[in-house]
Amino acid sequence: MNPTIAAVRAGLRRGMIELRNTFSNGQDLWNYAFPTVALLVTMFFMRGSTVPGTSFSLGARTLPSALGMGLAFGGMLVLASQLVMEREEGTLLRAKATPNGMLGYLVGKITLMSTVALLSMLLQLVPALFYLDGLRLTSASAWFTLLWVAVLGLVATLPIGAVLGALIENPRNFGLIMLPNMGLIALSGIFYPINGYPGWLQGVAQVFPIYWLGLGMRSALLPDDMAAVELGGSWRHLETFGVLGAWAVLGLVLAPVVLRRMARRESGSRVAARRERAMQRVG
Amino acid sequence: MTAVELPGVATAPHPPDEDLVLDVRDLRMRYGTVDVLHGVDLTARRGEVLALLGPNGAGKTTTIEILEGFRLRSAGSVRVLGVDPGRGDERWRARLGVVLQSWRDHGKWRVRDLLAHLGDFYAPYATDRISRPWPVDDLLAAVGLTAQADKRVARLSGGQRRRLDVAVGIVGRPELLFLDEPTVGFDPAARREFHELVHRLADLDETTILLTTHDLDEAEKLADRIVILAGGRIIADGSPDELSRRVAGDAEIRWTRDGERFVHATPDATGFLRDLLREHGDRVQELEVRRASLEDAYMALVYEEESGVRSGRADRVWQQGSDR
Repeated sequence: MNPTIAAVRAGLRRGMIELRNTFSNGQDLWNYAFPTVALLVTMFFMRGSTVPGTSFSLGARTLPSALGMGLAFGGMLVLASQLVMEREEGTLLRAKATPNGMLGYLVGKITLMSTVALLSMLLQLVPALFYLDGLRLTSASAWFTLLWVAVLGLVATLPIGAVLGALIENPRNFGLIMLPNMGLIALSGIFYPINGYPGWLQGVAQVFPIYWLGLGMRSALLPDDMAAVELGGSWRHLETFGVLGAWAVLGLVLAPVVLRRMARRESGSRVAARRERAMQRVG
Repeated sequence: MTAVELPGVATAPHPPDEDLVLDVRDLRMRYGTVDVLHGVDLTARRGEVLALLGPNGAGKTTTIEILEGFRLRSAGSVRVLGVDPGRGDERWRARLGVVLQSWRDHGKWRVRDLLAHLGDFYAPYATDRISRPWPVDDLLAAVGLTAQADKRVARLSGGQRRRLDVAVGIVGRPELLFLDEPTVGFDPAARREFHELVHRLADLDETTILLTTHDLDEAEKLADRIVILAGGRIIADGSPDELSRRVAGDAEIRWTRDGERFVHATPDATGFLRDLLREHGDRVQELEVRRASLEDAYMALVYEEESGVRSGRADRVWQQGSDR
């Protein structure tokens, strides 16, 4: 068998094994469930409010936005944090010591991350349907939009996550990307429309994928007349595709370079040094 | 006395040799302005077990990481399985085994899953001579982890975890195996089992093994050849026995005569004993002859190197103590 194909297959199996491992781990399950529960509770209390200028439920508007945010989070931050952590633990060095191991590792990670992201999306979507009205779930075009936004969103955010993860050497520095991302979420109209923001702030929000993932998800699940509340009064599918696509290209070009550089630098003594440092933090 | 000469190594002819698994000439490594390795020469033949000894900061880890292809050298010629490790491809990688010092990676994985998974990567590299990977059940038995096969890695004891490290290192049936301080944290029983495994790998499978250790007893038991690295150069290279003999060769003789205790050090133990027994006959009791041990040899060689470097060239790397 061709070694590359063997490694890709091993990577897919790796993703499945990690999926099984993570879903049989209480701590991990709680980590997945907590944001979902928090989100569902938030939306439950928002269900009475309406989107300004309409009679549409604010909770029903927030749900798709939050799904988009979840994808961006899962793609970018979770992958980045796993890379940083597993580098410290020596998982990556093991992959490096194995023929085509890095390829297998990445395929496994992408399988794991995208499956978890899509599953959490369903986990949030299904319960919310029971108390949120007005979502467009019976139309095939809604599911089609949902699908392409989700997939393109993952392709746009996973490589960026890999780049961020490869650049951060010390897990304690993870806050450096966590905080700006929190800020971006506030900017990106996930929980409240950003029409009232100053123009330059709207501009900043529209550079990053979170805004477009939220918009894309809203375009899939909300009735068409809700587009009137968005910037430009339209769902702007073309722009969504353009911006997410640009991030995807940027990420796919950068990620291999940065990952290769990171992999080249891995060695036993580096992992030992990190272990030393981590021990000092604990002790 | 200066550092021990290395007859044959520097002047040996240099033909392409199938059996020469490791071939290192004048390996140099410099970090910034600090020289860590100044011209290391090292060879190993197929099936040979080589122990690399040396004080902390001597450059052992650096040397091994260069050979593993994890670190680029500054200068010198290095061939590992006939390939320059700086340009080793995945096919080359598949012929190597690296036993890493694990910490907590793959904690959620079951032992069997992990070995089977890592083995998958080696399957395409099986040859007529070497079937890859090592079947998981046999491998578990070989390292003594059969009972832990379905345990999660995070739940293994320290010693079991080290055995798993060894299993991961050999799952691809390597032709050359790197063992960096393999038995740290082993209890005596586990250590003995591990030694048997190393003998088995070297004898039955003709695996070449390069190990580092601080345990001289272990080096003596396992290694066909011992190489001592100090201050970034190799100061001795030979079988454990040769090295012990090389150090002055003074043996220590103890005996009692008429209830009195005597100790005498001499290079010619046999001659001294002959005279002693001729002169005093039956009155010599509790006779004991102790040859210089590997440990004595090691201490003497390293002390020489350290003190020599310190007095002569005080601003050497040596004192920077970097073992990176």
